[in-house]
Amino acid sequence: MTGEHRLARGGRVDRARPLRFTFDGHAYEGCQGDTLASALLANGVHLVGRSFKYHRPRGFLAAGAEEPNALCTVARDRARTEPNLRMTQVELYEGLVASSQNSWPARGFDLGAVNDLLSPLLGAGFYYKTFMGPRFVKGTTLWAKLFEPVIRRAAGLGVPPKEADPDHYANRFAHCDVLVVGGGAAGLAAALAAARAGARTILCDEGAEMGGALLCEPDATVDGMPAAAWVAATLAELARRGATLLPRTQGFGYYNHNFVALAQRLTDHLPHVPAGAPRERLWQVRAKRVVLATGAAERPLVFPDNDRPGVMLADAARAYLQRYGVKPGTQALVVTAHDAAYRTALALARAGVKIARIVDTRPRPAGPGLEAARAAGLPVTVGGTVVGTTGSLRVSGAMVAQASGTGATDFETVPCDLLLMSGGFTPAVHLFSQSRGKLRFDAETQRYLPGDPAQAQASVGACAGSWGLAAALDEGSAAGAAAAGSGAGRSHAVTGDHAGEGGGILGALPHGRDPARVKAFVDFQNDVTAKDIKLAVREGFRSIEHVKRYTTTGMATDQGKTSNMNSLAIAAGALGRTLPEVGLTTFRQPYTPVTFGTFAGAARDDLFDPVRRTPIHDLAAAQGARFEDVGQWKRAWYFPEAGEDLHAAVAREVRATRAVAGIFDASTLGKIEVVGPDAAEFLNRLYTNAWTKLAPGRCRYGLMLDEPGFVMDDGVVGRLGPDRFHVTTTTGGAPRVLNHMEDYLQTEFPELKVWLTSVTEQWAVIAVQGPRARDIVAPLVEGIDLSAQAFPHMAIREGRICGVPTRLFRVSFTGELGFEVNVPADYAAAVWQALWERTAALGGTAYGTEAMHVMRAEKGYVIVGQETDGTTTPDDLGLGGMVAMSKPDFVGKRSLARPDLVAPGRKQLVGLAIEGRTVLEEGAQITPTADPPVGTHAIGHVTSAYWSPTAGTPIALALVENGRARTGETVFVPMPGGAIAARVVGPVFHDPEGKRLNG
Amino acid sequence: MLLIPCPFCGPRPELEFRNAGHAHVTRNPAVDDPAWAETLFFRDNPKGIMAERWRHVSGCGRFFNVLRDTVSDAILASYKAGEPRPDVPLPGPEGEAPRIGAGDEVAP
Repeated sequence: MTGEHRLARGGRVDRARPLRFTFDGHAYEGCQGDTLASALLANGVHLVGRSFKYHRPRGFLAAGAEEPNALCTVARDRARTEPNLRMTQVELYEGLVASSQNSWPARGFDLGAVNDLLSPLLGAGFYYKTFMGPRFVKGTTLWAKLFEPVIRRAAGLGVPPKEADPDHYANRFAHCDVLVVGGGAAGLAAALAAARAGARTILCDEGAEMGGALLCEPDATVDGMPAAAWVAATLAELARRGATLLPRTQGFGYYNHNFVALAQRLTDHLPHVPAGAPRERLWQVRAKRVVLATGAAERPLVFPDNDRPGVMLADAARAYLQRYGVKPGTQALVVTAHDAAYRTALALARAGVKIARIVDTRPRPAGPGLEAARAAGLPVTVGGTVVGTTGSLRVSGAMVAQASGTGATDFETVPCDLLLMSGGFTPAVHLFSQSRGKLRFDAETQRYLPGDPAQAQASVGACAGSWGLAAALDEGSAAGAAAAGSGAGRSHAVTGDHAGEGGGILGALPHGRDPARVKAFVDFQNDVTAKDIKLAVREGFRSIEHVKRYTTTGMATDQGKTSNMNSLAIAAGALGRTLPEVGLTTFRQPYTPVTFGTFAGAARDDLFDPVRRTPIHDLAAAQGARFEDVGQWKRAWYFPEAGEDLHAAVAREVRATRAVAGIFDASTLGKIEVVGPDAAEFLNRLYTNAWTKLAPGRCRYGLMLDEPGFVMDDGVVGRLGPDRFHVTTTTGGAPRVLNHMEDYLQTEFPELKVWLTSVTEQWAVIAVQGPRARDIVAPLVEGIDLSAQAFPHMAIREGRICGVPTRLFRVSFTGELGFEVNVPADYAAAVWQALWERTAALGGTAYGTEAMHVMRAEKGYVIVGQETDGTTTPDDLGLGGMVAMSKPDFVGKRSLARPDLVAPGRKQLVGLAIEGRTVLEEGAQITPTADPPVGTHAIGHVTSAYWSPTAGTPIALALVENGRARTGETVFVPMPGGAIAARVVGPVFHDPEGKRLNG
Repeated sequence: MLLIPCPFCGPRPELEFRNAGHAHVTRNPAVDDPAWAETLFFRDNPKGIMAERWRHVSGCGRFFNVLRDTVSDAILASYKAGEPRPDVPLPGPEGEAPRIGAGDEVAP
């Protein structure tokens, strides 16, 4: 027996396969095909949690994705613990462990329920009001100190695990002719018509089983087959025709140009997850045509105490009965504004549930359901209403009154343990609206329906406002055929259908009870009542978007699937306006919550962002290098010897390099080969410098501006031949510079014959710097005369080193005699090893980026992005001499004459000499006096600051207004411990004459 | 995610492209300072058809131009750099944004 309320037969569950599970530690038994919700109902469990704010006892309202109350946590282990799952969508498996949320100590006895008594303090916007509460200590309000921590603890949903998610998630891009979202009658018919026409078709459905409402239609037939058999036959044919069938797959987002995102659950329903299986898969589908067949959701009725366990949507009760074979109660009262609820009443009566009363709120109802119920002898009250319920942890009775003249005392209490309600059906237009289609309000049926589609898309069936199986099937078939471009669809022979619109109501039911004492819930998940919405309007909110945010209606994890239309109608009534005048809040992705894992896919940990390593990385690591992140690159930061910290290692590396030599992995430098008959002219136009007269074999330091005239990159450019340049860029700037070059080459100077190739990854670079640098490289180099006369500073030669090809630069970023050895990346490790052995033998060192920075700062060399900030001109840096204003044009030239760029008082690069041993903070502000009054304008800021092992003092570079004219003045750097005095000096601290470079 | 028709490669997902701002901004350094400031810094923000530049950075690498309706994001034309802007009428009534269902720009 899989639950005492399970019917002996009927439904789509397999009673021969019982499944054991626990809920809040109690053991229960369900069966294969159950959801957690249906299994608990089969065991008579209605109370499944506490509400968000008032901690009111709650049960199941719905049977599908729209469920607002029944949220639970499912735990496989500590890390595989997922909160806030809708129990109506959790598939049962053997050994499932679930627990309720938001109650303590137990869901049957919850201390938080005191909030229900405090509710006069907790009405709409109560937290906004507490924001404005009295001031407390040191300017914080009572909100921050008292209310927020308490409310945070008391309110809320489930608790996420602290452990990292051990599962992995898959991602797939897919393309198709026709994507059908929703596998009910309309969706199946659409997919079948499309597939028969030869279209590549994808069909997805949120449920474990395709079929939608057809799975709850035991009495209907389609084309002579029972509905369920037609579903099976259709799925079989779709599979045969090669359609992609995706059950357990929620179409949750509809984006531009028919791009639809689907979340597929792969393993959550399995008792044992296969090792390595992805848990979920994100499908990113680009469809030529989309058919939306997303159905409709029943609306609750809004009356006092409409939230007790046992109060349920009528259609949900029918689903539990006919799909899962579960009797959700023994004595039911039905209150309805729609004919569909009569079907539920009849089905329940046939299953042996006593129908205590059917209360129809409509004054003059009509419809096939009503007629059938009367024929079956069920008690019907026309023009009635429900003004309240009795019971605590389960509904025990309904207060039935006449809809007109509803005095508080004018009711009769009808005993029941199941109260079913139907306010009519709301088409699920979420995806349509996300696709930017305009909704139109249908005044006759009081519904928002899809208007003209904004993309290649069609809505069919209940989501388009149609009613009944035949209409859904025929519309689906027509839309599927049209989407596949093959003319008309076919019509279906249906028996047991329920046609007709059936009525419906929006807003709250009238009642004569004291509104201060009763709660009629609109949004069950966020505990928003009809009273809250009216209060918001009374307090002056006019826009529905503001009412929504103030009351939080529709802002819970269910996004108001069951509540939005009722809250709109209540707000419209309070505002005295029509629904279309009030408007509709925006439908946002995702339709139902999607896990972060699904979005992240494989992009986590090491794969979140690619890590780039140079070919010398492993050798540097073996030499003990510590690494730093520079963009995506790992760069050797410093090479500590035993007992050394960063400071000590850098000081040693600098001294050794300046005294002997050091080698440095500069492979991350950006490299672009510029080739073609117009290469020199192209560089003339992209760099400030003049290139035409640069002889092959020579190098020049190039400065690149953006069009507004500011420095955007720099680097050494070597000319290999008349038509070939080897351009280097900053490490971080390589992609930006290439994009900038391509942009001008393609769009501004397309007449130039030039080809650009990134060779950053192809050439590894080993800098050998220091007075002994020539001695280190000389024995390894073939075919290049290394003498100072033959190979001067700023020259480039091609030859061989260690037997492999090299482009050997004579350049320096340290101020010492230096070479930069470019070799094909595959040979870099061997060349590094050979150079290192010679360096070590001579008493030199390997150095990292930190020592490189110190040495270049000692020499006053700028780093773009450190000494510049996007508003820095060449002249600001003291590099005005690099600008060949005689050239007719180059990018940024026109802007260098802009008034602001030639105005006096610009910040200029200077050095700062500091007494004492304090290294300034980079970014610190500079002021003219030691203790400036608050509001004093800073005259500049520190751009680089280091301890200089060469000078034996701290050094700094700074941008200071009129800096060069201030040479010799004292400026101040205010810090928390007091201002630090600094003397303005030139930016070059080491070998200003440059003798060492040319050795 | 937009589906962008690269004039060299055909329709490709937006992931492969990088936007490069307004199209048809004429670079003429021989103008006075106010006109040059317009060239550098001033852009209109049309509701309706906008000509914009894209680069197929993860594809052919080419820059090209696209006409996009900023209301619907529909792409009305794409053409090579240097070609004149095609004369394409805006579909729909004046490109009005859907009033219902896309009203606010404030995330909930």
